[in-house]
Amino acid sequence: MNRQTANIVVLGLALLSLALLWYVPGALAGALGLVGVVLAAYLRPSMSVRAGALALLALGFTLALSQVPRVNILFYGLVAVLVALITIPGVPRWIKALLGIAVLLVSVPIAGFNNTFFLELGIQIGIYAAMALGLNVVVGMAGLLDLGYAAFFAIGAYTWAIFGSPQAANFLSGSFPLPGNYFYLFMALAIITTAITGLLIGLPALRLRGDYLAIVTLGLGEVVRVLANNLDHPVNFTNGPQGITPVSRPDIGWFHSLMSSIGVELDARTDYQFFFYLLVLVIIGIVVLVNINLGNSRFGRAWIAIREDETAAKAMGIPMLGTKLLAFATGAAFSGAMGVIFAAQRTFVSPESFTLLASITILGMVVLGGMGSIPGVILGAAALTAINTDILKSFSEYLNNLRQAGVLSLPSQVEPAKYERLVFGVILVLMMIFRPQGLIPERRHQLEIEEAKEAQR
Amino acid sequence: MLEGLVALLPQVIFDGLLLGFVYAMIALGYTMVYGVLELINFAHSEIFMIGAVVGVEVFRYLGPAIPNGIVVLLLALLLGAIISGLMAMVVERLAYRPLRARGTTNRLVPLITAIGVSFVLQDVVRFIEGLWHNEFKLQMRVIPPLDGNFTFLTVFVQYKALILILVSLLMLFGLNYLVNRTKLGTAIRAVAQDMSTARLMGINPDVIISRTFLIGGALGGVAGVLFAVQYSTIDPYVGFFPGLKAFTAAVLGGIGNITGAMVGGLVLGQLETLSGTYLPTLTGGNFGTEYKDVIAFLILILLLLFRPQGLLGQVVKEKV
Repeated sequence: MNRQTANIVVLGLALLSLALLWYVPGALAGALGLVGVVLAAYLRPSMSVRAGALALLALGFTLALSQVPRVNILFYGLVAVLVALITIPGVPRWIKALLGIAVLLVSVPIAGFNNTFFLELGIQIGIYAAMALGLNVVVGMAGLLDLGYAAFFAIGAYTWAIFGSPQAANFLSGSFPLPGNYFYLFMALAIITTAITGLLIGLPALRLRGDYLAIVTLGLGEVVRVLANNLDHPVNFTNGPQGITPVSRPDIGWFHSLMSSIGVELDARTDYQFFFYLLVLVIIGIVVLVNINLGNSRFGRAWIAIREDETAAKAMGIPMLGTKLLAFATGAAFSGAMGVIFAAQRTFVSPESFTLLASITILGMVVLGGMGSIPGVILGAAALTAINTDILKSFSEYLNNLRQAGVLSLPSQVEPAKYERLVFGVILVLMMIFRPQGLIPERRHQLEIEEAKEAQR
Repeated sequence: MLEGLVALLPQVIFDGLLLGFVYAMIALGYTMVYGVLELINFAHSEIFMIGAVVGVEVFRYLGPAIPNGIVVLLLALLLGAIISGLMAMVVERLAYRPLRARGTTNRLVPLITAIGVSFVLQDVVRFIEGLWHNEFKLQMRVIPPLDGNFTFLTVFVQYKALILILVSLLMLFGLNYLVNRTKLGTAIRAVAQDMSTARLMGINPDVIISRTFLIGGALGGVAGVLFAVQYSTIDPYVGFFPGLKAFTAAVLGGIGNITGAMVGGLVLGQLETLSGTYLPTLTGGNFGTEYKDVIAFLILILLLLFRPQGLLGQVVKEKV
């Protein structure tokens, strides 16, 4: 399709969707809008048309969400616009930044104030994206397979949960819970404790071939879960399977006054959600910056060298153990920090959240998006979090309705919400067989694949 | 208190032996695949689980029809070995061979595939059982004479435990014979040592690898059936811990080493039952039996620190 037709199709569709989203907002208009986003990304319209179409569609989704806040597909439209912005080359950076900020700071909050589920979803996507970016350092850059990443998440979460609740009074004298503002201090503390844990675990495992790390981390993930489940006696550290609740949250009086000074009145239902949403956004920004800078640093280059060919890297004088340990501990630290946020945002921590499944979910995000690729990993996090928290559950509800209406007779054990393992397993296997470089490949991987194809010819 | 502990000892050692044989049989599957492909086949724990599920189903359907428990068990073992073996072959064909054919050098790719396959198998079995019987937890119903028992000195022995020991010994000796004395075994060892030279010698590595998966899978299936008979309650996720520990056993004995896997399995079985029984008493109930999983993991860590080649393994130079 030549550029002219692409321009007309994309712009026409965007305008049509905007009109529909405005006047007859609903799932149908949302679906059309999603098609619009996809076409804007895959056809090759001119740069300004592309940017304009995305802006129109973002506007459309926002307008529709302010009228019908219960239609999830509209929210995914916004997510799609964001993903398109991160991934599509050719749109000037300032337009991307402007549109991205508008979507994140205006559209999502508008949707979120009408339906807090969207803020929750945004926070979850953010937490998982930050963790996946941390795992990306380990798996994507350094090529070390970590199958127990949730263990560090758990250590971070429990670090704050124990001290931010009366729990710590069981083994320390003093007044607990600590005031909510210690939250920030504990983020720093969790980074340190998880990094040290990472060092301790990595030290025996990383001296050997990569495979051993996989099995050791797999074991670690389970051990941390066993400890969380059982360290309620002899001294009650973790409160066992019941978990710890309530966990203190930081004080947000200043946030209230800040928001009302710009004309946003927060109520008890949305204030913390919005606060954590913004906090997570800030953290993602930091994490992305750290990721980019690490990738370009001396260590980043050493990691990539190790990933590509360990023996050659060793021959070039890269200290193996130290460099690998650094990658492993860095990844662990990211996870630990997000654990603290997770604990405070939910005010509840239990071993349930830190199973092998959680570790594999995060690995799936990295693999789906593209190992080593920052936009890819964010896309992977958004997609899998949406599948996990919303899509499978909606599908289950749909089946249950059919069941109750008597249209369908399915045994109660067959319920899609319980089959996350299947979904993630299939994603991992299919990606590895057909597209190991991920949906949005890192540039270096892309080149490698092309080179391999050349060589085969 | 000490007397009580000592009196318990023969029973504990006997129970550890049973667990050890199960681990040993699973560990063989890991170690053989690792020998030829240098791949930790995470899906092997699910091959084991499939064997256990087949065992339960055979007893569910044939138990009422055939009055003799031994016959049913033999059928279950046979069917478990066949289905698990074929399943392992199918997994290799569908998931691992395409990766080899593409010539991926990235070591992560097969590992990630393996963990993905493991998850898929878990939920596929869960789905089938859900659709079939609407059950998640499966209960093994053994029939006479398997549920009989006697007391030998102070040790309480069930007939099914004796059968477990007998069958696993047979399997282990059979495998040793197969690997060391037959043509197929020679070919497997050749492929494990050097795939391209083996190819020059007229061995087709793909066929040999496929056979290796078949043998390892069949052993895993037998272990699964025996596990289900011995420990009664299973579910589609039951393979994880035995799998993890069997791998630890394989490392303990020296990975790639068949005798080592057996020894490792038996040692780990002892350590686990000993710690599981005595830890609660020795710590005054502060640390319960749940920590036996932690013990296995600590052993793995210590081993990697001090003797990564395992008890019977030799230090191998990395193939470049």
